[in-house]
Amino acid sequence: MKATANINEFIITRLIKLSGYSAILFVSLIFFFLIREGVPTLAEVPLDVLFSSRWYPIEDYYGIVPLISGSVIITIGATLIAVPMGVGTAVFISEVAPRWAREILKPLVELLGGLPSVVIGFLGILSFTPAIRVALNLPTGLTALAGSLLLAIVALPTVVSVAEDALDTVPRSYREGAWALGATQWQTIWRVTLPAARSGVLTAVMLGIGRAIGETIIVMMVTGNAPVLANKISSIISPVRTMTATIAAEMGEVANGSVHYHTLFFIGMMLFIISLIVNITASAVVFRSQKRAEKVLS
Amino acid sequence: MNRLSILLIIFAIFLPFSSGCSSNDPNSDLPTVAEQAYIENKGSDTIVNLALVWAETYQKDHPEVRISVTGGGSGTGIAAMLNGTVTIANSSRAISKDELQQAAEKNILPIEHIIAKDAIAIIVNPQNPVARLTLQQLSDIYSGKISNWKELGGEDRQIVRLSRETNSGTHVYFLEHVLRLGNKENKTLFSPDTLLLPSSEGIINELRSNPNAIGYDGLGYVPEDLKMVEVSKDGIEPYMLPSADTVNNNQYPIARDLYMYTAGEPNDFVQQYLDWILTAQAQQIVQDLGFVPVSKE
Repeated sequence: MKATANINEFIITRLIKLSGYSAILFVSLIFFFLIREGVPTLAEVPLDVLFSSRWYPIEDYYGIVPLISGSVIITIGATLIAVPMGVGTAVFISEVAPRWAREILKPLVELLGGLPSVVIGFLGILSFTPAIRVALNLPTGLTALAGSLLLAIVALPTVVSVAEDALDTVPRSYREGAWALGATQWQTIWRVTLPAARSGVLTAVMLGIGRAIGETIIVMMVTGNAPVLANKISSIISPVRTMTATIAAEMGEVANGSVHYHTLFFIGMMLFIISLIVNITASAVVFRSQKRAEKVLS
Repeated sequence: MNRLSILLIIFAIFLPFSSGCSSNDPNSDLPTVAEQAYIENKGSDTIVNLALVWAETYQKDHPEVRISVTGGGSGTGIAAMLNGTVTIANSSRAISKDELQQAAEKNILPIEHIIAKDAIAIIVNPQNPVARLTLQQLSDIYSGKISNWKELGGEDRQIVRLSRETNSGTHVYFLEHVLRLGNKENKTLFSPDTLLLPSSEGIINELRSNPNAIGYDGLGYVPEDLKMVEVSKDGIEPYMLPSADTVNNNQYPIARDLYMYTAGEPNDFVQQYLDWILTAQAQQIVQDLGFVPVSKE
């Protein structure tokens, strides 16, 4: 009896370990594959071409700067919209809302997260982009702004549910302590609850950014895909082309092993590195703030 | 008793299905397997609707042949044919040098079949007063030299250029024959702020709602509620709207052949299908869908 229990224990712990390590394995395999297919670009395309501002691969113009700038400007726009709204919604759900409102809001936000992005893109192309064109008197509504707005909708549920979970884990005694000292509800939220949940909220923000930068089909539908260098603030109201949309639009046509093929993988590599940087920054910030909290407490 | 009746009902519901399957089995089992052919047909989004109707019509008369049709763009189709994943590649442009070279590396000899002709219509929003353009003007619009409708006799509006993605055969044709005016030495490029939309539908959608926009697409894809522009080769020849007649008379300047490619000589089933495509019945479908039939001479 005891022997079988031991065997079970042995098998189960090994399985759990295996699935844990497999994540590391998958990430490194993906990265290895990206490097293998992407790095040849550096030999095939001169650096001044690769970092020029013209992307037109069927005539050997491989400048990826407009694509990077397109992704960055859309992601920044989406973050600026989704983070305040998302954290605000999370605070409302977890701290302010009465019980019945919370029970309606939470599933609704989760439902929003379950909407397929192609549906959001479709809504965007039919209603958002014409409205943006008319409202801002632009030549076309297929702009970075449309992409940012729709990506904010996509990132919002992630930000809300992760931030809300983080706020939920703040012990009730913290809030009671603040109230006992005479703090108002706003002061409690701003000075006590949010700082206490800081690392979770930051994770929420980072996951939201990750969701926005990797989104493909929506940006392909609403941003116009024009590889224009987005280097000023007004670029937000002009069309842009993102890295993800470029890979999606062009991967199907390229011949295996061609320069264009390698360059698309190189773009994939850049995307991977960018999200790696976002993640590392996030954990560095969280780590530092934890250390400071420990210092304060000791 | 109750449970038994439920079981009976379930049984009654499923009986037709199971009997349907078993009665089909003997048919599909022995005699047809040897005769059955599966043709996979992929490529140009311009051709996809035409290819679909052809496939449906052909399968009605030839139940032993099954044809599946998908789009994706001419480049996608040719790449798939070279990789051996499809039997027939649809293409709205002739196979390129690079592609021929890849084919040679793989010991494939692509065979070209001209299946129809297509006019590329220049489309604007119905509110746009501009009604006629020359090829030179179109080239200047898309290369960025002209960027306001005012310069073409229209309203004071910025021009929004719409194009298909670079994997579209229509894009390549437009680049070579309109932007570069058919001149091989000409290295004019699309203006970088040209919007590259992933589908015909995207272009039509934007044209419908945006009075600043200009776009191009196959004649068969132009809906009634959008406006086509009359085009003249050089301003001296008459300005013409695209139609089957003006294409066959060589009066409309932006027209091209549509192709199907096979990897090497096709087998009998595929050859029969390709022969059928050139019959009057199939070419009537070409006309019905807004393309231009190839005249057999």
